Amino acid sequence: MAYDRFVSHRAAVASVFVLAILVLFVALSPLTARYGVNESVQAPPNSFLPPRANAWLGTDDIGRDLYSRLIYGVRVSLVIGLFSAIISVTIGCLVGAVAGFRGGRFDDIIMRVTDLFLAFPFLVTLLVMRNMLGAIGWLRPIIGELSSVRFIIVLFAIFGWMGVARIVRGQVLALKEREFIEAARAVGATRWYIVRKHLLPNSVGPIMVALTFSVVSAIIGESTLAFFGYGPQAGAGATSLGILVGQAKGAVNTGFWWLAVFPCLVLVTIALAINFIGDALRDATDPRMQKDS
Amino acid sequence: MIRRLAWSVPTLLFVTFLVYIALRIGTNPVESYKRINPRATPAKIQQYIDVNGLDPNYVRGYFRWLVNFVTLDWPRSIKGSREVWPQLKDALANTLRLGSAAVVVGVSFGLLLGVYAALQPGGRRDISVNTAAFVGISIPPYVSAIILQLVFAVYWSRWFGSTLFPTSGVYPPGQEGFNLGLMAKHMVLPTVVVAIQIIAVYARYMRSSLLDVLSSEYMRTARSKGISERRVLFKHGLRNALIPVVTIAALDVGSIVGGLIITENIFSYPGMGKYFLAAFGEGDFPLLMPWMVIIVTSVLVFNLIADISYAWLDPRIRLD
Repeated sequence: MAYDRFVSHRAAVASVFVLAILVLFVALSPLTARYGVNESVQAPPNSFLPPRANAWLGTDDIGRDLYSRLIYGVRVSLVIGLFSAIISVTIGCLVGAVAGFRGGRFDDIIMRVTDLFLAFPFLVTLLVMRNMLGAIGWLRPIIGELSSVRFIIVLFAIFGWMGVARIVRGQVLALKEREFIEAARAVGATRWYIVRKHLLPNSVGPIMVALTFSVVSAIIGESTLAFFGYGPQAGAGATSLGILVGQAKGAVNTGFWWLAVFPCLVLVTIALAINFIGDALRDATDPRMQKDS
Repeated sequence: MIRRLAWSVPTLLFVTFLVYIALRIGTNPVESYKRINPRATPAKIQQYIDVNGLDPNYVRGYFRWLVNFVTLDWPRSIKGSREVWPQLKDALANTLRLGSAAVVVGVSFGLLLGVYAALQPGGRRDISVNTAAFVGISIPPYVSAIILQLVFAVYWSRWFGSTLFPTSGVYPPGQEGFNLGLMAKHMVLPTVVVAIQIIAVYARYMRSSLLDVLSSEYMRTARSKGISERRVLFKHGLRNALIPVVTIAALDVGSIVGGLIITENIFSYPGMGKYFLAAFGEGDFPLLMPWMVIIVTSVLVFNLIADISYAWLDPRIRLD
């Protein structure tokens, strides 16, 4: 039934296709990308060429093919989005479930901290935390250098879990009073067993929705950081969507529209597609939402 | 109520303490001082450490900073050794102007669109508003800013021969004194960028809130009493639908400030956001701390306002 409702959300179905095509393009980058990451399309003069036959989406300041670089960039961004979302959803589920289930002091503290962090301007917290974590020497072997992709993933995981924890906690608080939990407790199930076997499986819908939204916020977050020059320097020669969007900043006043339009378009398409899927998942898994599409 | 007010002072102190620690570890204020003033004498450095409360002991350092801050004995910025308050004041004024313009435009359009969509759930209006709001949410502010800049800074003048909206600053270079028209013109594009996000978010909130209210029992009661549809909608529907929206609005300051930071930076608008990014880039501790205090205070104040307005709008809720 959930599946039927998901399919009836037309925008979401289209989004699944768009995303699938994108992922295919990225996965098959040896076939789809026409040039290497740092390869220039032709001998100089080759910078800022508008879209043309040997560079479909134009070239950047040092003559690299924007189309190929977008494919490499999306790869890094998707990795960042997926991994940080998975980590933060895992942490968020555990913390949220325990907080909701146990209540009391633990719950109070966790939710206070979460509220505080979520009320703050995201970018400010992100930048301050980034510098702080980067400056702590003994963390470096675990979370990597300040400009590595791993560091960015850890950074978003540290933030991402809070929103998820809040959602899961709400779900758990609602489920806790239901009869089947009561029954499980009556036959002597341990707390951990109830959380694992009853609470989490029954929260799959909201968790999936949270997962999609974490992916989006990590991808957009990465772009935001990169836009202001605090993003990952994705290894020698690699690039990310954020770096490409950041380049657009310099290209605007000179009128190299392709450098601004195409990366932004890809970013918005990804964000929109994942958001639509999340929305459809929410409609499909939330029984109250049946009436309005 | 009083208790809640009383609690906000320790919260403020605690959060600023956390910010203090984070900034000290993250930006290493002493190092940035030495970097910008490479020939500073040890005595000078010691003086800098003293006035900023950068004692190696964090707790003692924080209290030192706090005493100086509260007695308005603010240290000068590292870069250029300038007074902090005049800069901060200008930035704050500019941001308040931009922010309030964006909030007024954004919230009013957002609410209108939300109501417009909710009056015909499932209809064509509803679907188009919903889709547009979705697109609005998915567009990060710097993307819309870049596109607007591209259109207005480059192509408008190329196509039509004149600039319609300037894309940077508050005034054109060389402008002296106050000029409302010019200022408004410079604010149009940044306002639009910030407002897009607000419109999208509020249209969705308002729509779902009003739909909830419209399907409730007391609406049916009101209708069955024979009150006119218009009166039902305004007196019972909108008023109740606004309650959750107001609360969310007050809790949302953080994300609006976030949007402002990004927007200001792209449009070279000299507000709080630009101030922050410049100071943060230099690790300029004396500039950063007062900024943080203002932001933390406003977040806490708006949280309080959310609680109060919730109780005030909904007579069923009592604050203890």
